[in-house]
Amino acid sequence: MKPISVNVNGFQHEADVEPRTLLVHFLREQIGLTGTNIGCDTSSCGACTVLMNGRSVKACTVLAVQADGQSITTVEGLAENGEWHAVQRAFHEAHGLQCGFCTPGMMMASVSYLKENPSPSEGEVRLALEGNLCRCTGYHNIVKAVLTAAEEMADASAG
Amino acid sequence: MATAEKFVGGGVPRKEDPKLVTGQATFVESITLPDMLHVAVARSPFGSAQINNVDLSAARTAPGVVATFSGEDLADEWAAGLPMAWPVTEDIRIPDHWPVTKDVARYVGDAVAVVVATSPSAAKDAVELIEVDYEVQTAVVDIPSALADDAPRVHESMESNECYTWTHANGDIDAAFAKADIVITENYVQPRLIPSAMEPRAVVVQPVPAAGDFTVWSTTQIPHVAKVLFSLTLGIPEAQMRVIAPDVGGGFGSKLNVYAEEVLCIALARRLGKPMKWVADRSEGYLATIHGRDQLQEIELAATSDGTILGYRVKLLANMGAYLQLVAPGVPLLGGFLYCGTYGGEAYHFECTGVFTNTTPVDAYRGAGRPEATYAIERAIEALALEVGVDAVEIRKRNFLPAGENVPSPAGLAFDSTNYEENLDKALEVLDYEATKAEQADRLSQGSTKLLGIGFSTYVEMCGLAPSQVLASLNYGAGGWDAATVRMLPTGQAEVVTGSSPHGQGHVTSWSQIAADALGIDYQDVTVLHGDTHVAPHGMNTYGSRSLSVAGVAVNQACNRVVDKAKTLAAHVLEVSPDDLEFEDGKFSVKGVPDRVQSIQEMAYAAWTAHNLPEGTEPGLEAHCVFDPPNFTFPFGSHVCVVEVDTETGAVELLRYVAVDDCGTIINPVIVEGQVHGGIVQGVAAALFEEATYAEDGTLETSSMINYLVPSAAEFPSFELDRTVTPSTSNPMGVKGIGEAGTIGSTPAVINAIVNALGHLGITDIAMPAKPERVWQAIQDANGDAS
Ligand code: FES
Ligand code: FES
Repeated sequence: MKPISVNVNGFQHEADVEPRTLLVHFLREQIGLTGTNIGCDTSSCGACTVLMNGRSVKACTVLAVQADGQSITTVEGLAENGEWHAVQRAFHEAHGLQCGFCTPGMMMASVSYLKENPSPSEGEVRLALEGNLCRCTGYHNIVKAVLTAAEEMADASAG
Repeated sequence: MATAEKFVGGGVPRKEDPKLVTGQATFVESITLPDMLHVAVARSPFGSAQINNVDLSAARTAPGVVATFSGEDLADEWAAGLPMAWPVTEDIRIPDHWPVTKDVARYVGDAVAVVVATSPSAAKDAVELIEVDYEVQTAVVDIPSALADDAPRVHESMESNECYTWTHANGDIDAAFAKADIVITENYVQPRLIPSAMEPRAVVVQPVPAAGDFTVWSTTQIPHVAKVLFSLTLGIPEAQMRVIAPDVGGGFGSKLNVYAEEVLCIALARRLGKPMKWVADRSEGYLATIHGRDQLQEIELAATSDGTILGYRVKLLANMGAYLQLVAPGVPLLGGFLYCGTYGGEAYHFECTGVFTNTTPVDAYRGAGRPEATYAIERAIEALALEVGVDAVEIRKRNFLPAGENVPSPAGLAFDSTNYEENLDKALEVLDYEATKAEQADRLSQGSTKLLGIGFSTYVEMCGLAPSQVLASLNYGAGGWDAATVRMLPTGQAEVVTGSSPHGQGHVTSWSQIAADALGIDYQDVTVLHGDTHVAPHGMNTYGSRSLSVAGVAVNQACNRVVDKAKTLAAHVLEVSPDDLEFEDGKFSVKGVPDRVQSIQEMAYAAWTAHNLPEGTEPGLEAHCVFDPPNFTFPFGSHVCVVEVDTETGAVELLRYVAVDDCGTIINPVIVEGQVHGGIVQGVAAALFEEATYAEDGTLETSSMINYLVPSAAEFPSFELDRTVTPSTSNPMGVKGIGEAGTIGSTPAVINAIVNALGHLGITDIAMPAKPERVWQAIQDANGDAS
């Protein structure tokens, strides 16, 4: 067992973890934040995507001990003061989700990407989300949602 | 004030979304119970092997392990084997299918033992310690080798690997072929696909040993059907079984089943008296969750010299895998009526043989039989076009069934409503067919290495499973009805209890729209309950694009009954006859006296207090409806795809995708389009990317998401959707299913487009999936032939 201290969604968590514990299991089982899903065992699907220090990582490829001293944002921490993030709103409004299983990871990947590239083209969004699989939506409305969110965020920061 | 706005037909944002976009959903994997134990399954690594001994001693003493069981140890748990509900013929061979096999392993992934432990990792670690003495046998993994005379048998007790042969005929097929000027014979391979819902399967079981009760949370599309079948498999009275499908992360048919791990967890919970949980890893799921397709097709068209089709003759071989899962034998039958597609003719003959192999069982995957049928006819009609020397559009128009209602098809069905030519014309307009053809010709004449291809698919499908009597004639083991209860609550809201079990389709939203309009109340005032057999006791659940056209219609009818009762209450209060009342926007008003009004909400309260009800009226404002439609619904559409084929690399890029679908009356256009988008991607994926393959020894080569290529956003353009609306005659709302249409329509459009791009080289077929190396090879071969 190894002691770690991780900031998750603004709260500091001290815990003892087995060295082999994955970040995604730490989040789901030890902290009880079950919004981050697990869709594969080969780092292929992106369902587990969270932000580590603001950048997207697949939480099934990071060990909990690697998150020691870092700050993690999960889907539960995306809204601020009860107000949804522009990406959450856009996924809802553009029907960017059906079963919603890929959605937390898809949104976290999008949030991270829009920080890197605030005004992407459709093609850029499609490439940026290559590591996140969705079996329901055919991606059409996910891409639309990300583009809508980008516009909204640009408007908000301009206004 | 009750709103005057109508909700049906509007793209209202979904009610399902808030919990899903905030991480507050409850998927089965997130369910944890006190004192819960974890189950892991040891699986055969061999396609075919005799099991001489299962040594559990090392596993049993491993840290955290509570119990271990072989198939033999669990033999007494089962009142029956895993269920198969569609024995399509009298003489079908049905093998025993035990949740944990006893003496023979018949596919890689067949369960041979289980471990119960205090944590998932302890259970999985202990599985590695199980020593099974296998005597490896020769496996048969594909249809031709399974049908060879000397083929090893998947089930020793059977004389061959043939499971059944089912035929369906209409008209005089020999006469049709005898008078044909042209006979087209085509052979196609439908690769095996893995449904790959993003949420892996999982199950949690909570027993109440003192009461003998069990609550089962499962990643299932069919909680009600599963409840009956769990009960029969385990010998537990149905009334003591509660099945809950909480939030379910996609299904596509892969969760339309009763799986070994579900009944195993119930049996283990009964045996050990503790809650059990099993969660599939993705790779484990790829072995132990049904696959789809895997058929060999021969289709023959008899036609006159101008390309008018007279008859259709189809021979199909369908891989069942090692055992028969829930509806597996019936899947090819669902396509068996559709090899004539949207076209006319006088005779039809279909024959299908199911075949056992040492592979993961095959069952219903999105479209279930209809994508295969649509592929065959939509490819074959293009072969006919080439033979006759007419354009792909022209050959279709020459053969389309006429627009109308209850139109007889060559296979002997009556299509509820048809309008194929207008639908295709709309797609041509969206595409600008002439301009696209001109660009195609330009590129070709300029010697471009990036050639354009235009591919069509004008599909019809049958869904909404559906009239119980017709299902009975096909030997299907369940009904085709669905149920709804609608109750007005005393505070004026409505509760809709539905028998459908959504897992991404947005029923909560669509049913709210239906109920809000029918009851004249606000959309936000409707709550939809589903997926828990204690809360929604009656249902046939969600598969085969049936939910709206059966369960959704039941909601509408139950609402109408609620309104009828509310009307008698209002008449009583207003001291008029019910006939003197009109109902609009949730208000009953006396005709000609608009200020004498009672709202449906007021009637809900009055029905609850029951202080002043008409003589003989029961308190409460609630109605139940079970709807069993008179016919399937037959959605149709035209899909056109434009591809760019790189003749130097064989790479195929999807440039445009136009889909004009017709699913009758539309409740929520945004949800309908979402279903089509997702369907298209799964169908295109079959054409271009996905294929599950087995090595000769029965090893699944595509055993994880690394080598089974589920495509990402990067592989697709945005889609161009439009629609025609031709109401169904199979239900009073005029609605048809749309859940599978995109998958059914899209696959042949893509292959037709690739073949169209390369037609000048004499290429007439490309096997699926059309990966670059395959396309490149076809080009090389064609060039070689030409030189
Ligand atoms: S769970 Fe699939 S990438 Fe992490
Ligand atoms: S919404 Fe179901 S997997 Fe993306």
